[in-house]
Amino acid sequence: MSFSVTEPSARQKLFAGVLVLVYALVTIMPLAWIIATGFKTPSDAIAYPPKVVFEPSLEGYVNLFTTRTRASAETLESLGEPQTWYDSIVRKNDMVIVGPSRYGERFLNSVIIGFGSTFLSVFLGTIAAYAFSRFKVPLKDDLMFFILSTRMMPPIAVAIPIFLMYRELGLNDTHLGMILLYTAVNLSLSVWLLKGFIDEIPVEYEEAALIDGYTRFQAFYKVVLPQAATGIASTAIFCLIFAWNEYAFAVLLTSGTAQTAPPFIPTIIGVGGQDWPAVAAGATLFLVPVMVFTILLRKHLLRGITFGAVRK
Amino acid sequence: MARIEIRNLRKEFGDFTAVQSSSFVIEDGEFFMLLGPSGCGKTTTLRMMAGLELPTSGEIFIDNEEVSQKRASERDIAFVFQMFALYPHMNVRKNISYPLVSQGMKRAQVKEKVAEVSRILGIEDILDRPVSGLSGGDRQRVALGRAIVREPKAFFMDEPLGALDAEFREHMAHELRSLHDRMGATTVYVTHDQLEAMQMGDKIVVMNHGVVEQFGVPQDIYDWPATMFVADFIGSPPMNFLKFEGAVEKGGTSIDLGGAFVEVPRLLEDARGQLALGARPEHIHFDDAASYRGKITATEYLGTTQIVSVDTPHGALKARLSSEQPARVGDAVGLRFDKRTLTVFDAGSGRALFSEANREVLGHG
Repeated sequence: MSFSVTEPSARQKLFAGVLVLVYALVTIMPLAWIIATGFKTPSDAIAYPPKVVFEPSLEGYVNLFTTRTRASAETLESLGEPQTWYDSIVRKNDMVIVGPSRYGERFLNSVIIGFGSTFLSVFLGTIAAYAFSRFKVPLKDDLMFFILSTRMMPPIAVAIPIFLMYRELGLNDTHLGMILLYTAVNLSLSVWLLKGFIDEIPVEYEEAALIDGYTRFQAFYKVVLPQAATGIASTAIFCLIFAWNEYAFAVLLTSGTAQTAPPFIPTIIGVGGQDWPAVAAGATLFLVPVMVFTILLRKHLLRGITFGAVRK
Repeated sequence: MARIEIRNLRKEFGDFTAVQSSSFVIEDGEFFMLLGPSGCGKTTTLRMMAGLELPTSGEIFIDNEEVSQKRASERDIAFVFQMFALYPHMNVRKNISYPLVSQGMKRAQVKEKVAEVSRILGIEDILDRPVSGLSGGDRQRVALGRAIVREPKAFFMDEPLGALDAEFREHMAHELRSLHDRMGATTVYVTHDQLEAMQMGDKIVVMNHGVVEQFGVPQDIYDWPATMFVADFIGSPPMNFLKFEGAVEKGGTSIDLGGAFVEVPRLLEDARGQLALGARPEHIHFDDAASYRGKITATEYLGTTQIVSVDTPHGALKARLSSEQPARVGDAVGLRFDKRTLTVFDAGSGRALFSEANREVLGHG
């Protein structure tokens, strides 16, 4: 019987497999629950014991996107046969659709604010990190510490001063206000992360470009940026996830025009209590953009693009 | 093609002076070596010449044009980095054509140029490969290709062979030198390897602690070192020093090593105090009739020659002798020095005393 030092034994492999499986189950459970609830009827959603096998229904999604009102039997009679599939779902509960809900609007706000602040944080973070990494900046270490120190307390600790400031400046409940706020919170993360990535890019590349006839900015743009793509992509994902999921500031600072999806979703009320399938449907759809964004940038998350071009 | 002149070049990094005051001239078409131990300022000097570092003071002339404050891209030079610095997100062809694209050259012309350069370097078959998969030698060739494609006035190379395997290095050194001979452009080459410098260079500058110690053709530097540092840094094994307390006079032709007189080239200056007699290992011979004696402590067999270590009253020395010369550890031997090749140093300052033999090389009237 022989065994290798580097190759795990069959038993080790099995153990590792089981461990990964258990962890995956624990992580996926809540997600699966939310997605399943979105396709239940309101009564199935609150049934006890919980229904694992159920008849799927799009009622939650219809309710999410519409506002409805209860109609009397005569009214329903006078409307005739339902025109569309979603009409017929609503009619079953003796209701009629009176208009779209605000979910679409809130979702769009989330997209504008989330991606806007991500772009701004990554853009400012990259140029700041490049300057910190390559140039002699007076008090560099102190400045870097100062930038980091903005992260040393939970952002919500400054909620009241920010609320008052924003009211004075007229930034309350505006897209710009939320973009600036999330950018401010994310900037320390993006500067620190990106400085690490840029520090790792050998300065010789830029020097080679300078000698090859490019200006400092061209060298940055054509040589450093492609090298830093990995870092920029992962930083963007972190920034987006924060801005996308942020709840506390959104509750406090937005109400009408600039309200994002997170504070809106829990306020979806059906008839006779919380409309859980609609809430779950809202949460499920809310996951999609971040997931798509992460999958799109996944390639860049894999390190090692620069590996081998410079011998260390 | 360029003549490069450096005048009193100085570079300080905060409190640290990397280059004290360098002055030398590189003639058009020379293969010029900047040689010295690490931290001696050779790379800083090269980077100032290339425009990657601005000098604290001093002047740099390329073809009689003062360029010390000009941007790197305005100096029309190419730089080969120790770590090659190939753009990792581009393939070989793009790497080589990159400097041409920056000049706004037409695509057809770029293609032609790249084809020509890759033929010279023998890398036609890897043009479309990504640089990350290349071997060290191929990467080196691509880096050279990127440098020569622009036909610059001069090539600056910062230890370009340092990242290669030892066995491949010699091959590449040869290739570099023949490439230089074919192109005829001025090349400035930084190395810490004295063998490489002697092998490849038309001229060598030896630097130490930010100071130019000596500047000349390899043979002069080997035969007539200006300082004890140069004598010690160049040659393997290095020059032997027999240190003694004493005095020499202008016009003197021998020195007194504790009663044994050793003949030296006629000295052109007086000196007293701590002195040292410098002798290359191959200029020391065994001679039973000689009055200066020592005892063999070790022998190293090297094929046709052997290195024999001898203990003398003035310290240990190494002699390079024919392998046929009998030498047994423990034997007492007489030592004879080739008179013509000896140098006397002031051991305090490390400076070589002028003599009839070295005055031409060291520039003493």
